[in-house]
Amino acid sequence: MQNSHLQHLRQLEAESIFILREAVAEFAQPVMLYSIGKDSSVMLRLAQKAFYPGKIPFPLLHIDTSYKFPEMIQFRDDYARAIGAELIVHSNRQALEEGANPYALGTQRCCGLLKTRALLNALAEGGFDAAFGGARRDEEKSRAKERVYSFRDASGQWEPRNQRPELWELYNGRHHQGESIRVFPLSNWTELDIWLYIEAEKIPIVPLYFAQEREAVERGGQIILTSSGVRMLPGEKARKVRCRMRSLGCAPCSGAIRSDADTVPLIIEEMIAFRRSERENRVIDHDEEGSMETKKREGYF
Amino acid sequence: MSTAIVNSPATALPLVMTVQLHTATPEKSLLRFTTAGSVDDGKSTLIGRLLYDSKAIYEDQITAVQKSGINRSSAPIDLSLFTDGLRAEREQGITIDVAYRYFSTPRRKFIIADTPGHEQYTRNMVTGASTANAAVILIDATKGLLSQSRRHIYLSALLGIDHVIAAVNKMDLAGYDQNVFQRVEQEFQAFCRQFGIRNTCVIPVSALQGENVVEHGEQMQWYDGPTLLELLENIPDTNAHHSAALRFPVQYVIRPDAAFRGFAGRVCAGTLRPGAAVVALPSGVKSRIKSIISYDGELDSAGTGRSITITLEDEIDLGRGDLLACPDSMPQVGTRLQANLVWLHSDQMRPGKTFLLKHTGRTMRATVSSIQHCIDINSFSTVNAATTLRMNDIASVILETTQPLYFDPYQQNRTMGSFILIDPMHNATVAAGMIVTTTGPSSSSRSHGEVQLRERILRNGHPPAAVWLVDRPDLAAALEREIFARGWHGQILSDAEFDPHQLKAVARAFRNSGAITVLTISAGTYGIRHEIETIFGSEHFIALSSLPEKQCDALAVLLRHLQAVTGDANENQVD
Repeated sequence: MQNSHLQHLRQLEAESIFILREAVAEFAQPVMLYSIGKDSSVMLRLAQKAFYPGKIPFPLLHIDTSYKFPEMIQFRDDYARAIGAELIVHSNRQALEEGANPYALGTQRCCGLLKTRALLNALAEGGFDAAFGGARRDEEKSRAKERVYSFRDASGQWEPRNQRPELWELYNGRHHQGESIRVFPLSNWTELDIWLYIEAEKIPIVPLYFAQEREAVERGGQIILTSSGVRMLPGEKARKVRCRMRSLGCAPCSGAIRSDADTVPLIIEEMIAFRRSERENRVIDHDEEGSMETKKREGYF
Repeated sequence: MSTAIVNSPATALPLVMTVQLHTATPEKSLLRFTTAGSVDDGKSTLIGRLLYDSKAIYEDQITAVQKSGINRSSAPIDLSLFTDGLRAEREQGITIDVAYRYFSTPRRKFIIADTPGHEQYTRNMVTGASTANAAVILIDATKGLLSQSRRHIYLSALLGIDHVIAAVNKMDLAGYDQNVFQRVEQEFQAFCRQFGIRNTCVIPVSALQGENVVEHGEQMQWYDGPTLLELLENIPDTNAHHSAALRFPVQYVIRPDAAFRGFAGRVCAGTLRPGAAVVALPSGVKSRIKSIISYDGELDSAGTGRSITITLEDEIDLGRGDLLACPDSMPQVGTRLQANLVWLHSDQMRPGKTFLLKHTGRTMRATVSSIQHCIDINSFSTVNAATTLRMNDIASVILETTQPLYFDPYQQNRTMGSFILIDPMHNATVAAGMIVTTTGPSSSSRSHGEVQLRERILRNGHPPAAVWLVDRPDLAAALEREIFARGWHGQILSDAEFDPHQLKAVARAFRNSGAITVLTISAGTYGIRHEIETIFGSEHFIALSSLPEKQCDALAVLLRHLQAVTGDANENQVD
């Protein structure tokens, strides 16, 4: 990294490492939300760098909705073991036992139970007062004003009018018992920065990001991979599509894009050439105008 | 950069970006700038234009804006909609709070801190400007330099921004008239000179029509300067103090095992090199840098802005909040500081109130002892009679800190000269501060008569306390040294020198002087314990029945208790 001519990546890296160390120094019980995606992979590498030669001084937390791609789960377990990180996997068992699924509930309610509720429960159970997340401000309009330290009340909720001003590098992490803070070390990175860094650092990522022939159906304008165990609806017929995932989420709700990019440099080239935002293929963001803002108020990342 | 790229970013951008990955092209750097404007001068449109013309907006986002059916502009697409974020503010048609936007050209990545121009503008602009190297101030060509524009220029100067750019917008509505532009330009330059802003530039633009934002237009042939984007691409990064004297605040101590002790932090001035002499502050102990550790291997040097970990030649006591500095060029130090304060909170501030002050990695108590004067943001004159500070007020104040604070003046180094004040009750960030200088006690604030214990407590930063050590003479000197190193007021009192009756009298005198009294007691004097405890009060009396055998462990336990007594038991991060 130090020899890269991409000086802006070094500056972003230094800032992110500063944020990671600052939160670890000031919070009693930090945890890292690990979503297995490309942003999480970058955040994890930054954490390794921040505390080198020591180990990462906090556990990783994965909220498993049980609808994730099997390739993600495999990658998660292998990678956590390889780097010697402590991994906590949490699911909303009760909701799953009661049959929560995106087909019956719709994506909004399903996310509410299996992601948001599960996350809030996991944070409360672990007594975590700071949770690192890989969100970036360029992802979605409602995130443009998100702080690096995003303050949540005792019920985990975000109130846009009650956020603290952030000046210089002086983050204010003081909080009362029960309150917590989400910390976003990648706030100032863009999707392109993430890919350039993955390339510069040779960071391992889930193979779903790379193009190959996969079994898929077209559903609601999205390419849904059936090769990853998504069940087919009546009348649907799977066929082979050369495609890749641009953003990883739950298999039934994340669309693939048609692509030939099977290496990181090719992905970067493709990214620069085509002009569609990465969350376009997330079904959840399009349910309702301003839906991300609504979800965030409720405690979603 | 060739002009071809600027003129046709649609085709040139992807090509150059791709090539850059594989070949050694010039460094791609990072520039943070802030934008400020009044409500109707077209700031959202200008930013929308920058993002749109530099291809930072995706097709589906453009479709979403078109689908919304809203178009408040006379252009084919309402560019301001790309940046109006939250639903609440879209409905109201105003933007609240600071929003961060990103775009990139082959030469630079840009971070925009977009600050709204309406009420709370001071708080928002100060926040956005605190991390910016440049400011783009929107001026409506049809209105000229308004009082709001003057405020934006003043705040840029206050926050130490080196490059201030005026984008004279709506030139289309001013008939692209060169005379209109020159009038605004002269006013702007004169006003900037008044506040000593070094680098200024004025550009005539039409954000709506895309003139001189990313591309040169057809309408203003009389203008031969750079476009806004060309200018932003070429501003030097003046925030790098590589050649300045070293300042390295210790952020975190990394100790994976007993053998390794690394000090992690971000270089905020100068360049770290193995072998360089450093002095640790506040202890004053000197050492040398042994190595610079990073995940990517050991480094020969680390310049300003780098986040790295270092080891030292000597084993010295060093922790979060301490500072490593160049011994030949030490920072200033003081407990009484003159600072510019921007009040950010709706709670009013009256002098005499104590806050938590966060400066680099250090948090300590500080009292705003007096308001010297406020700045009238409309006339830029000083107002002396202020007794309180309200939200958006800017004032010069005197602060008294409970610990000596090592700093460089803000205008020399932002990180070393900035602080925030935190309300100790509700934890909100209530003020942003910029240190000007250290100052002695002023005659106006001097009290008369006998010095009271509470005054001593304010100066010492802690109440008097006693540590009762029985048969541990080995600990006393070491503890006294630790107390001294922390800037506390404390001293040993030994029963070897006084009989029990004298000892009580001396202990009382020590207590009245506000000292942390380290009593070293042998078994024979143990009987006066209760009386000594009464002198200091049981909450300020530390007597531990069992202390670890090892000196360093015992010291750590004692210091933890002392910290609880001198500060607040719940606030472990406060010095």
